Amino acid sequence: MTGKNAENTNREYLEYVSSVCPKTNEVKTLFHAFWVGGLICLLGQAVRYIFIYVFGLYGDTLAGATSIVMIFLGSFLTGLGVYDKIGKYAGGGSIVPITGFANSVVSPAMEFKSEGFIYGLAAKMFVIAGPIIVFGVIGSVGVGLIYYIKGLFL
Amino acid sequence: MTDILLGFLKAFLVGGAICTIAQLLINKTKLTSGKILVYFLLAGLFLQAFGLYEHLVDFAGAGATVPISGFGYLLAEGAIKGAQSGLFGAITGGLASASAGVTSAIVFGYIFALIFKTHSKK
Repeated sequence: MTGKNAENTNREYLEYVSSVCPKTNEVKTLFHAFWVGGLICLLGQAVRYIFIYVFGLYGDTLAGATSIVMIFLGSFLTGLGVYDKIGKYAGGGSIVPITGFANSVVSPAMEFKSEGFIYGLAAKMFVIAGPIIVFGVIGSVGVGLIYYIKGLFL
Repeated sequence: MTDILLGFLKAFLVGGAICTIAQLLINKTKLTSGKILVYFLLAGLFLQAFGLYEHLVDFAGAGATVPISGFGYLLAEGAIKGAQSGLFGAITGGLASASAGVTSAIVFGYIFALIFKTHSKK
């Protein structure tokens, strides 16, 4: 197996692999992500309406209260093991909503609990959430400073 | 009543569309979920830095605020509001706005991770 022959074999092998691999039916995954993600947001909208019409919240308090409820649901369902099952079906539909953020906090924390409550549980909570908070805070300070400087001159 | 139903529909469609974009990125680029979350957060933050994401929030409500890009929007919006009251507000405004999300993720995260055990991954 030298020269052209090896190349051929390589190509044939790759073709074989891609023909045998379960074709993750792309359109199907998009549809799953769409309806599950949409449904989670619809649930969020229901929570929002309850806070608006029953509790009379608005503005930042409304946004904050809604995310607290959604994060509660996300962490609780992760604890029960339900959210990971949803995730297998929905992919991006369960990752991108704020419930997926909660999932990314609880999931590694549960897994590494055996390594202790400080370096295990508490530290691993931020394996995925940490970068989000880091970039979010740096980005927000950047935006704040730009607007502050802009305000000095305009 | 039709307003409420329309609100549900808009939240479903816009939220679903944002998640579909994420799934498309996962299919095409094999990005891990952690990176997807960071990119969507930054996308929301940048869009709001130019005052754009708030229009989507006005239109779709939770359809725009529940995805992680809504978290980025909240951070940028808080910083912009804070900047109006001075330098201190410009620096602290973002996290102040997002404090509900961060606090509840930490508190609920710790409690539920404490209570529940990992389910065997099959």
